[in-house]
Amino acid sequence: MATVIETRDLAVSFGGAGEAGIVFRHLNLAVEEGEIVTLVGVSGAGKSTLLRVIADLIPPHEGTVTVETPPDPARRPIAMVFQAALLMPWRKVADNITLGLEGIDVPDDVRRERVARTLELVGLSDYGDRWPYQLSGGQRQRIGIARALAVEPDILLMDEPFGALDAITRTALQDELLRIWRETGKSILFVTHDIEEAVYLGDRVLLLGDKPARIVNEYRVDIDRAARRESADFLHMVETVRGGLSDAMAIDNGAG
Amino acid sequence: MKPITRYALSAGGLAGFLLLWEALGQSGLIETHLLPPPSTIPPALMSEIREGFWQVMVWASLRHYTIGFVLGSLLGVTLGVAVALFPRVEASQAWLARVLRPIPPLAWIPFAIIWFGISETAAAFIISIGIFWINYFTAMAAVQAVDKDLIEVARAFGHRSFPALLRKVILPGAAPGILSGLRAGLGQGWMTVVAAELFGIQGIGQRMIEASGLLATDIVILYMFSIALLYGVSDYIFVRIQERLLAWQR
Repeated sequence: MATVIETRDLAVSFGGAGEAGIVFRHLNLAVEEGEIVTLVGVSGAGKSTLLRVIADLIPPHEGTVTVETPPDPARRPIAMVFQAALLMPWRKVADNITLGLEGIDVPDDVRRERVARTLELVGLSDYGDRWPYQLSGGQRQRIGIARALAVEPDILLMDEPFGALDAITRTALQDELLRIWRETGKSILFVTHDIEEAVYLGDRVLLLGDKPARIVNEYRVDIDRAARRESADFLHMVETVRGGLSDAMAIDNGAG
Repeated sequence: MKPITRYALSAGGLAGFLLLWEALGQSGLIETHLLPPPSTIPPALMSEIREGFWQVMVWASLRHYTIGFVLGSLLGVTLGVAVALFPRVEASQAWLARVLRPIPPLAWIPFAIIWFGISETAAAFIISIGIFWINYFTAMAAVQAVDKDLIEVARAFGHRSFPALLRKVILPGAAPGILSGLRAGLGQGWMTVVAAELFGIQGIGQRMIEASGLLATDIVILYMFSIALLYGVSDYIFVRIQERLLAWQR
């Protein structure tokens, strides 16, 4: 498998001189082609910031991000799904989905075809002509996913995309994401603060420690996905990660 | 409240007001030359149209108003948006705006006459001042209130240049605020039209001054209602357009 994202000695700080403003330092991670990597950590640990650096929305102060994808003028290598769906309220659903297609080389008929296909992928085929305010929270987040898929990215960056949803909707969307992942073979870097979600979705779970953030542990989840939700191994793994997280916090508190 | 009830009450309120006014005049409680009852308006309108005044005055005022409105709105919105976007521009105008804003449009009349003479331009200039400030401040606030997260979304999907962000996020996001500023200016404009014409520029205001000099109070009232009608129609049309443009809002 090829590596699609690699960060090397990444450092980001906001303002403050010296240690005060450092969000993370010496951050190294890699995502392999076609895998789901989940990134879990306490809130404020810099998970969202890391995604934004990879998406080139924030410049790193040190280090490099390498995104290895075949160039294609009709696609964007990376697309992001945000915590709040953040649809443009003045665009109809279909026009929200085409946001990322404006400015790349996609003819109108391909554009229409991608809208139809991504809407079908997220199960909202008849919704293209609606306004965002007419959708539920879960539907809006599905459109957020469709908008990202429409640029046919190799990599999906997902920033706590289901964090604001109710438990039932969240479970449904997790399974839907896995189905879409199987159908499209995307590489996914998924940030969450929900350990069960991290273990359920991930091929690997990265544990992000705090202040400054760094990857303190990595867990490979070798549990059959079909049986994952109920299996004893799953619950065991969740406990292991939970233990790792509280250890990381204890170290932080001890050190701080 | 049901819409039908609302309409009935609104119409009832206006009708009640007109009836009471008419009754006060008819009963002799108020002398009709001090306050002519509404029934004198249709004959006054007929005679003004027959003598060719009404259409000329309304057309002249409409012209001043339209030029002033377009000018004031365009400049107000453009500068308001610019100020909101560029912190340095914002800082450099902060005190200047505080000095100039409280000056009422009518205080500019002497300068309007000195600069432009007794002309249509002078009237349009005065009308545009009030409209300018309303749009300047509402456009500024509307742009400042645009959701920063949506700007990040647009950047994440490849729209990184300033013109692209302006077109795809900032202007549509600020549109509700900008439109409500334009609507407020629409009303403000009519309020200054009459005053701007009082010093001799042809229009409704000039005709009202003439009529009041002759104690033709029915003519004065006729033009007061003409302004109300013009405002009502322009506001109604504007609201219909606004509803169309903002169909995406709940």
